[in-house]
Amino acid sequence: MIATGREAGLGLAQRLLDLAADEGATEAEALVIGTDSQLTRFANSEIHQNVAERDVAVNLRFVDGKRIGVASTNRLDEASLRRLAARAATSARLQPEHPDFAGLPPAGPTPLAAGAASAGTAESTPEQRAEAAREVVGRVEGAGLLGFGSFATSLERVAVANSHGLAVEEARTFAQLITVAMAPGGEGGYAEACAVDATAIDARAVGEEAAQKCTACVAPGTVPPGEYPVVLEPYAVIDLLGMLGYVGFSALAVQEERSFFEPGRVVGSELVTIVDDGMDPAGAPASFDYEGVAKQRVALIERGVCRDVVYDAQTAARAGRASTGHGLPAPNPWGPFPLNMLMDAGTASREELLGGLDRGLLVTRFHYTNPVHPKLAIVTGMTRDGLFLVEGGKIRGPVRNLRFTQSYLQALAGVQAVSAERRLLRGDLGAAVVPSVRIAGFTFTGATEH
Amino acid sequence: MRDLTDRALDAAVQHGAQYADVRVVRRADESISIKSGQVEAVAAGESEGFGVRVLVDGAWGFASSSQLRPAAADEVAREATRIARASALLQREPVVLDARPPAQGSYSTPVEIDPFALPLEQKIEELLAADTAMRTAEPNLAFTEARYEGLREWKTFAASDGSFTEQEITHVVAGIEADAVEGDELQRRTYPDSGQAAGWEWVRGLDLVGHAPALASEAVALLSAPQCPPGRTTIILDPSQLYLQIHESCGHPTELDRVFGTEASYAGTSFLTTDKLGTFRYGSELIDIVADATAPGGMGTFGWDDEGVTAQAVPLIEGGLLVGYLSSRETAPHIGRQSGGAMRAEGWNRIPLIRMTNVSLRPRPGMSLEEIIADTDEGLYLISNRSWSIDDKRLNFQFATELAWEIKGGRLGRMLKNPTYTGITYEFWRSCDAVADERSYRMYGTPNCGKGEPGQIGHVGHGASGARFRDVEVGVGKW
Repeated sequence: MIATGREAGLGLAQRLLDLAADEGATEAEALVIGTDSQLTRFANSEIHQNVAERDVAVNLRFVDGKRIGVASTNRLDEASLRRLAARAATSARLQPEHPDFAGLPPAGPTPLAAGAASAGTAESTPEQRAEAAREVVGRVEGAGLLGFGSFATSLERVAVANSHGLAVEEARTFAQLITVAMAPGGEGGYAEACAVDATAIDARAVGEEAAQKCTACVAPGTVPPGEYPVVLEPYAVIDLLGMLGYVGFSALAVQEERSFFEPGRVVGSELVTIVDDGMDPAGAPASFDYEGVAKQRVALIERGVCRDVVYDAQTAARAGRASTGHGLPAPNPWGPFPLNMLMDAGTASREELLGGLDRGLLVTRFHYTNPVHPKLAIVTGMTRDGLFLVEGGKIRGPVRNLRFTQSYLQALAGVQAVSAERRLLRGDLGAAVVPSVRIAGFTFTGATEH
Repeated sequence: MRDLTDRALDAAVQHGAQYADVRVVRRADESISIKSGQVEAVAAGESEGFGVRVLVDGAWGFASSSQLRPAAADEVAREATRIARASALLQREPVVLDARPPAQGSYSTPVEIDPFALPLEQKIEELLAADTAMRTAEPNLAFTEARYEGLREWKTFAASDGSFTEQEITHVVAGIEADAVEGDELQRRTYPDSGQAAGWEWVRGLDLVGHAPALASEAVALLSAPQCPPGRTTIILDPSQLYLQIHESCGHPTELDRVFGTEASYAGTSFLTTDKLGTFRYGSELIDIVADATAPGGMGTFGWDDEGVTAQAVPLIEGGLLVGYLSSRETAPHIGRQSGGAMRAEGWNRIPLIRMTNVSLRPRPGMSLEEIIADTDEGLYLISNRSWSIDDKRLNFQFATELAWEIKGGRLGRMLKNPTYTGITYEFWRSCDAVADERSYRMYGTPNCGKGEPGQIGHVGHGASGARFRDVEVGVGKW
């Protein structure tokens, strides 16, 4: 277990504020993050990497009028903390003023989300993670396949305090088990499970899902690139949300004219509603951001219509409104991001989703996606670990992976059906709750050899 | 530091490790971001800790802590051996390391102007000047940025075979960016978007102020430039794009741990399986690619890797044939070789993984980059990477660059916007029929190479002078 608990974390933060005051700060913010994380990794059906780390790091934002300096350390002795405060003060005073700095956030009510942390994850042992890997591999080997994957568990304690009386602290846990089952010919099938409580993850089920997917992928045929209607499994849908969040849902992207977002603009079908809500127990709860501001529920897209983006203190001040609680640790030139997205469920079963494909593709997940045109949200990437041709609503067989170059906004506009079932998964922008979707048209521009 | 490392190694052996190593790492970093005339962010950080890696009955374990004290050394070593025993619960083959002599000595990055000693206000002033130069040239830019990052790492490595090394590595990353927006069109120009193992002298050598006006003007001009048309044509890659082509399509697929499947559930595997070693035609006969951890200024340059293997140059592709891999003490014996010294870890709390060092395409005497352009009847000259993507076996790739110049009759003509190109790795490299000479050779640095779980960000280097490729698909996607 890491050294900080609630009192220790807030106590350390308050000590930093006191040291900043000694250095003459007009405002100050202290962020304390304690990390206790582990990861057991397996490949070729054996554990090949197995790691653990513990750390407590502090970040001090020192303000002198409108000059700001930030310094961080993980050396927590008194002398090091004093040096930290002095360094941050010196840095602030050597800079020009930041004309539109509107001050650090005020204190305010910060209800804590239920279910942000679980002892089942915090007390996870290397033997338990190895046993989970054994269960996955057992299911996979039973199908004549090899198992690859990782089981990660983490406990993070976040404390934020500032000179306006803001003081918040919270423990957050997360566990993620991912698996690729691989056939002798190199075909792969993917499965993943995430939870706040590691003991809630059913490793056998993950292994079974990956094994079934892989077995179905053996000896793929080919289909030519082109436009196809598709069903995207949740492992692919999370990439849509993450990429749209990255290029467009940040207030900074809007203020710098990089974003597609305009309030009231129709970008998706009526079936598409995407929110960011750190308090939703279906996700990985987080009650406040890294500036200590309570996370607000933000409707990003509501029935296909752009509603709002996420703000931190600085972008909110520029816009004349309050932060929505999406700030990252200071200094932050990249802006706020939605890290707790949820896409509304629909009513469709898997059969109903596939039933709508006269001739289309079932996509398990995407790989190495990257924006090609950020304002149009055009993204390129590959399919991976399970691509299937569907005809007359029935899966005909596996096909080789394809490259797509597709506007994710146009994809949202083409959403025809959304599954009733959703999954909690982790993507590039944190954990998200996502369904499967059927999309009228998705443009594939290339093919590979596997 | 010796007391701590000895304590950790002794404890690991007492708890049953047949091999143990420990890295004590202290990192200092700083960053400056100037955005549209304002000092947007200035930060200075430090982090220290140690990590113990052990082999117990042929299974790996690793634990780390930020507490640099003897009791923590005992605790971390014990935890590492416990984790190794847990690894053994799911083991097929015991890990066997190749033999290497104990590593002894010290190494420091050559630095002329210590970036950490240079006054902060001076660095801000120089970056502000570059930012101002962009906005003076083009006042209507949506935003501009001038940025700098400095990293210094003091690393002590010790192993149960008696190795003890100390290294001080310094890296700087710097660049400018100009963004122009009109309606749905967003165009960006950057320079150089790179880093070096060097001091502030490298940043000054970039002449950011000198490059700023043209960069800004190009970003604006791109708004009204014609779209890169679809088709198949000859392309010439400027070093500012070629370095990333090398990174994605040669560096990563030659990581031997990836070939053996260790990244299969995350970043993928590699099509360069070991049965191809020595016989597979990766590229044309002009292609010589080497991984050289001794290259001056490279972000992949050091004295010893993070297993205590001496820095060395390892040929990967010779005359177009696959001849080698980036390897480790564990993986190299599987291809009958000694470790190529490519194990590198980010910080104290991560295990070393096989990473690129400086993976570079050797320049070829004969033609300069300008002469290659003049020798090209029709094609595109592509400059500065904008986006990248490649499949999970490193075959199908797609890149976009910031800018393309049309080539007709050996001359640069129209500027084209949103250029993209795609291909299959070995088909692409086999189509190379010209590699530029030393005159345009640059050592680029990639400061954001991701690998591993938990994720690690690596700094790697790539030397490139420019090259020509025939019959490549361009202008991918419609908008």
